[in-house]
Amino acid sequence: MTGVTVLQESKRGDGISQEVLLNLGPQHPSTHGVLRLVLQMSGEIVKRTEPFIGYLHRGTEKLAENFTYTQIFPLTDRLDYVCPPSNNLGFAIAVEQLLDIEVPERAQYIRVVMVELARISGHLLIVGALPMDLGAMTVLLYTMREREMLMDLMEMITGARMHTSYIRVGGVREDFPEGAVERIREFCDILPKRLVDYERLVANNRVFLRRTRGVGVITPEDAIDMGLSGPNLRASGVDWDIRRDCPYEIYDRVDFNVITREAGDCYDRWICRVDEMRESVRIIEQCLDQIPDGAFQVDMPTIAYPVDKDQLACSMETHIHHFELSAYGFKVPKGEVYTAIEAPKGELGYYVISDGSEKPFRMKVRAPSFVNLQALEGNIQNMKYLADLIAMLGSLDPVIAEVDK
Amino acid sequence: MGGLENRFPDNVFFSTTDSIINWSRKSSLWPETFGIACCAIEMISAGCSRYDLDRFGVVFRPSPRQSDVMIIAGTVTKKFAPVVVRLYHQMPEPRWVVAMGTCAISGGVYNTYAVVQGSELIVPVDVHVPGCPPRPEALMHGLLVLQEKIMRTHVLRKDPEHAAAEV
Amino acid sequence: MARPAFCDLIMEHFGDRVGDGGAGIDMHNIEVGPENVVELCWFLKDTPELSFDFLSDLCGVDYYPDSPRFEVVYHLFSIAHQHRLRLKCRLGDPPHAPTVTGVWSTANWHERETFDMYGIVFDGHPNLKRIYMWDEFEGYPMRKDFPQRGYKDAYNPFGEEREGQ
Repeated sequence: MTGVTVLQESKRGDGISQEVLLNLGPQHPSTHGVLRLVLQMSGEIVKRTEPFIGYLHRGTEKLAENFTYTQIFPLTDRLDYVCPPSNNLGFAIAVEQLLDIEVPERAQYIRVVMVELARISGHLLIVGALPMDLGAMTVLLYTMREREMLMDLMEMITGARMHTSYIRVGGVREDFPEGAVERIREFCDILPKRLVDYERLVANNRVFLRRTRGVGVITPEDAIDMGLSGPNLRASGVDWDIRRDCPYEIYDRVDFNVITREAGDCYDRWICRVDEMRESVRIIEQCLDQIPDGAFQVDMPTIAYPVDKDQLACSMETHIHHFELSAYGFKVPKGEVYTAIEAPKGELGYYVISDGSEKPFRMKVRAPSFVNLQALEGNIQNMKYLADLIAMLGSLDPVIAEVDK
Repeated sequence: MGGLENRFPDNVFFSTTDSIINWSRKSSLWPETFGIACCAIEMISAGCSRYDLDRFGVVFRPSPRQSDVMIIAGTVTKKFAPVVVRLYHQMPEPRWVVAMGTCAISGGVYNTYAVVQGSELIVPVDVHVPGCPPRPEALMHGLLVLQEKIMRTHVLRKDPEHAAAEV
Repeated sequence: MARPAFCDLIMEHFGDRVGDGGAGIDMHNIEVGPENVVELCWFLKDTPELSFDFLSDLCGVDYYPDSPRFEVVYHLFSIAHQHRLRLKCRLGDPPHAPTVTGVWSTANWHERETFDMYGIVFDGHPNLKRIYMWDEFEGYPMRKDFPQRGYKDAYNPFGEEREGQ
């Protein structure tokens, strides 16, 4: 073999054992994107993992300082690209707090429905991808089937399959089209039965259990110290969910369970996500029952585009406001705010500093995957073999665009 | 024609060697699993059950040594560019490159200090598939366009440019 | 928002060494100098009434051309008491700050990112090297005087010309 870095050699019995540095990635089927891991290995046993990131660093925060607030929404879409609407929501809430405006109720319900659909979409991908990394390819093909139904829904409501930029400052871009509510209810009826199928496929499979049960255990104290959040933290037994504990939008009006598990191993992190999808379906159904009629965005022509497009042809003021919004953007008063929401991957925070102009002075994204991935360097118990590392990486669910911003 | 006219039954097939070689190459395009960013999700969707790519003979291979096509799906950053070039050189010829998505074609919306403004600057690209992200049907169309391009290549025959230079 | 009760505890214990940054829109701000940051963080983590065991975020800000130019902002959260706090630490140029990786191990990568993007050196950090950019990269991209398009090279023909070239 050429190019293997040998760290130390030791004589064992008849043979010589070498400790080597193995490079995994950045192009590799199971690294969930462009992640490079340098592993210090003694045979199959991984002694130390060093992640190298930055292969997808695109300068989102630098760009955000030169974009208007509305132009930043497509940038936030491309952070966690498996569930774009939830990224939009965090930024929208941050700017609305700076502007001190109240979003209409109907818009809040629509936003929560979109974010929960996005949560299902994100969890479906990892619920399928982790077994695929371990060799069970069928689950991914089934979860992608549900994801295609979700993408159809997204396309029907927002016009785009993936990067929707639907949630904006002051509300949402357009109201639900006709028939959207029925299609969402149909989806909510179908999904729980399919989730039972996925559990039947793999959750009692001896190989899957041997590879994930008891592997990669993180204790609750270590999880909090490492800054883990979302399903990764709740699988270790810490009962914290921003939706329930610091509710935003209309989460205080819907009833849902916060799923926690005890063991903190890869299996618990996986099953946590399956159960969270069930809770998301409950939230969506309650929202669709409670959703009132009304405006889908705030009625402030200086901030949001006019609801009635015909006004553009009749009214000069509407025309001028529309032009100014498109050409210059809206000004946000001076201030700073840190908004945290419960994204599918964990606590997604936006720290926005405004200097009074139409572009933010500083936008910092607290990406949950950035912090979750750091756990690979932290204190994880029972992660001995290379195969365990792959299971651990899949169960942490990093999205590299969010890690690298 | 003389002795060859009206001699052969219907189950005999005539073609040029180039056509047969090109046909076999285009019908089994094996891409590398090389998803970089968001376009990778649409590439995975294209490979899954609804927009099945397998019916075009497209099977994703994990290793560049076993693949024909490199679908650059996502933003190529300056840190990652040497890796892309190395993977391109690891692919055995004949090899093609499909730049999927606006980030791979021209850097997309990311005109920043860290992004390569188009993978044309680092590897020769055969087909550009625009979109952000392009729909799976757009990627399939891109692969079909690549297949048409392959059918037009001169393998055993002289390349037109070389033929013109020799005259 | 009125000043929360736990802030009174902090001001009592530290007196002049921390400043009351005032109530923000979402949480209270505390200003602290780099020499007192680590002690304050340990106090915030260990005191039972405060119990800030979760470091949400650690980031840098560049206030060029104001002086002092840089700032490190810590966002803290307490899972037990469900309260948040923002610490702000203003630094001059060249910026040095002590590391808080001893208090919360999650600060490790956050501080590396701040060093990579702003050039803020965290004294005592176990592994302070670039995390997003490649090791030989020159410059600190998020600083206000660094161009958004970077400098012209083979990969980005739209970049700015380097001075002296």
